Amino acid sequence: MTKSNERKLTIARAMAEATAQEMRIDPTVFVMGEDIGALGGVYGNTRGLLDEFGAERIRDTPISETAFIGAAVGAAQDGMRPVVELMFVDFFGVCFDAIYNLMAKNIYFSGGNLKVPMVLMTSTGGGYSDGGQHSQCLYGTFAHLPGMKVVAPSNAYDAKGLMTAAMRDDSPVVYMYHKGLQGMGWLGTEAGATVHVPEEPYTLEIGKAKVVREGKDVSIVSVGMGVHNALKAAKALEAQGVSAEVVDLVSLVPLDRETIRASVAKTGRLIVVDEDYMSYGLSGEIIASVTEHNISVLKAAPKRVAFPDVPIPYARVMEQFCLPNPDKIVAAWNDMKAA
Amino acid sequence: MAPTQKEQHWMYRNMVTSRRFEETIAKIYFEGKSPAFNMANGPIPGEMHLSDGQEPVAVGVCAHLTPEDVVTATHRPHHQAIAKGVDLDKMAAEIFGKTTGLSGGRGGHMHLFDADVNFACSGIIAQGMGPAVGAALSRKMQGKPGVAVAFVGEGAVNQGGWHEAMNLAAVWNLPFVCVIEDNAWGISVAKSAATAVPTNDVRAAAYGIPGTRVEGNDPFAIYEAAGKAIERARNGEGPSLIEVDTYRLAGHFMGDAEGYRPEGEKDGLSAKDPIPAMRARLLKDGAASEEELATIEAEAEARVEAAIKFARESADPAPEDALTAVFAA
Repeated sequence: MTKSNERKLTIARAMAEATAQEMRIDPTVFVMGEDIGALGGVYGNTRGLLDEFGAERIRDTPISETAFIGAAVGAAQDGMRPVVELMFVDFFGVCFDAIYNLMAKNIYFSGGNLKVPMVLMTSTGGGYSDGGQHSQCLYGTFAHLPGMKVVAPSNAYDAKGLMTAAMRDDSPVVYMYHKGLQGMGWLGTEAGATVHVPEEPYTLEIGKAKVVREGKDVSIVSVGMGVHNALKAAKALEAQGVSAEVVDLVSLVPLDRETIRASVAKTGRLIVVDEDYMSYGLSGEIIASVTEHNISVLKAAPKRVAFPDVPIPYARVMEQFCLPNPDKIVAAWNDMKAA
Repeated sequence: MAPTQKEQHWMYRNMVTSRRFEETIAKIYFEGKSPAFNMANGPIPGEMHLSDGQEPVAVGVCAHLTPEDVVTATHRPHHQAIAKGVDLDKMAAEIFGKTTGLSGGRGGHMHLFDADVNFACSGIIAQGMGPAVGAALSRKMQGKPGVAVAFVGEGAVNQGGWHEAMNLAAVWNLPFVCVIEDNAWGISVAKSAATAVPTNDVRAAAYGIPGTRVEGNDPFAIYEAAGKAIERARNGEGPSLIEVDTYRLAGHFMGDAEGYRPEGEKDGLSAKDPIPAMRARLLKDGAASEEELATIEAEAEARVEAAIKFARESADPAPEDALTAVFAA
């Protein structure tokens, strides 16, 4: 193994590296958002970029999400490739018109004659008692509305490949990274997210899920932080003699229904893990993707481990009670087996 | 318009209470968070935004308010909450995430709600504006007394929602006052890089309402400017805008290394601390004796200690309480 093959990066560093490499070869790529300059992004994913590229291309913005996300749409349509950061996905409420009525629809409204090559990166997830306006995932909200590709990496290798792919895509890509996977110690850090990342640029196919653990008894399907919970649950289940397969969706839009169906066809059982709210969301979509296609592959009713339909509570005991975790996944398996 | 001696004592008491409260919170905040800083650990988890240095704005404005008046505060709300009379025990317990907290631990530090004194806040920049304007509208429509005050930071004035709410307040002639705490920094971005005009008081002209800037973090000057604006609102003469040139003595949040600050910017900042300045002024003006101030300080300290003790000793919520209070009972 060469030194390059050995190095491990956090997701934050992988995102920054991908952005820097793309900016070196493509002068139309620029970054804007709140605190992405001197601070290097609240979640570290623009660290070092200001020093290399300067304030013209690494552009701190006022706290004006409607304006700068709308401006990114205009710049993208005019030949640039903006990367914009919405610091917390929870802040979407102040700027959603720019996102879903402009960014997501202008390609369609132009009959495909316009391109909107922009990346909207945003942080998701809770677990550190930051309260109900700074802890949501909102995967379902973004994935529900047509016209935006949506990706959510669970590790640094995927994070770099997705970032490069997103910047090269001619459609808008919403890049949702989980705070607890960024490798920022102050948020607590999932060690499994920090993995080997090649130095050279590469892309990951948007819309392609990964089987990250092979198994034959049950498919556990998730994204982002949920993948790590699923892997921990799979390990616990293994001790009980249960062989769990774990599917990392990687992309929510397009959704790789084929990989999900193939996995469930093999195992006959499905548990979906989602840190977003339970109802009207990702978990229902995954289950529908299987059942509406061929319900006979299921040997048991599918299960969901998701955030209950309540705002994210602040107090740690209440938040932890609501969050998905490996124990809840194991419990879902036990329920399924008992049924 | 100058504060009475009683009001001066009230202002000083609340400034000191706020400062002692935040100093105590700051100390406890790092319990369990070292050597490696992890925001999720310790008795006070999550982000923590302190208002040290900005106390004069809260007391200068709230000295004119009664519990029936409405205040919407920011993500940096402690000084505003204390000055508005939010129950300190329940507020401390909320910050500790306890069942005795204002919301039973559901809201947390950025989402303090006290219906008894009409206080609310939001962790989303500028989003106190709409609700404050709505409260002012409601008062006007119902013929109820009271004014609504929205505190915002100078960064919030670049949000669309701020401008829309200001226009509504003006076009409907509502009993509303917007108070901007200009601490010159939106997290790491300097105001000069984010705001097209040097001061925000001039933006009042866009809505045809009075705009005032208080140069300096002076509780007496703030008291005077707020008094005029609130009197105008109470008299049915419509909204006003006040901007105060204040500063935060600490970073944006606990743990902020402030690497974005130009070197030397904080030099001398502690010499501008408004609390010793007010203390000296009260003594110089003969508005309070050394003994009276010492009593006020001791009482404030005891009040904070009691609140923190109450919070620490209160029970955690039951985990499944998370599922309740989603809808009105």
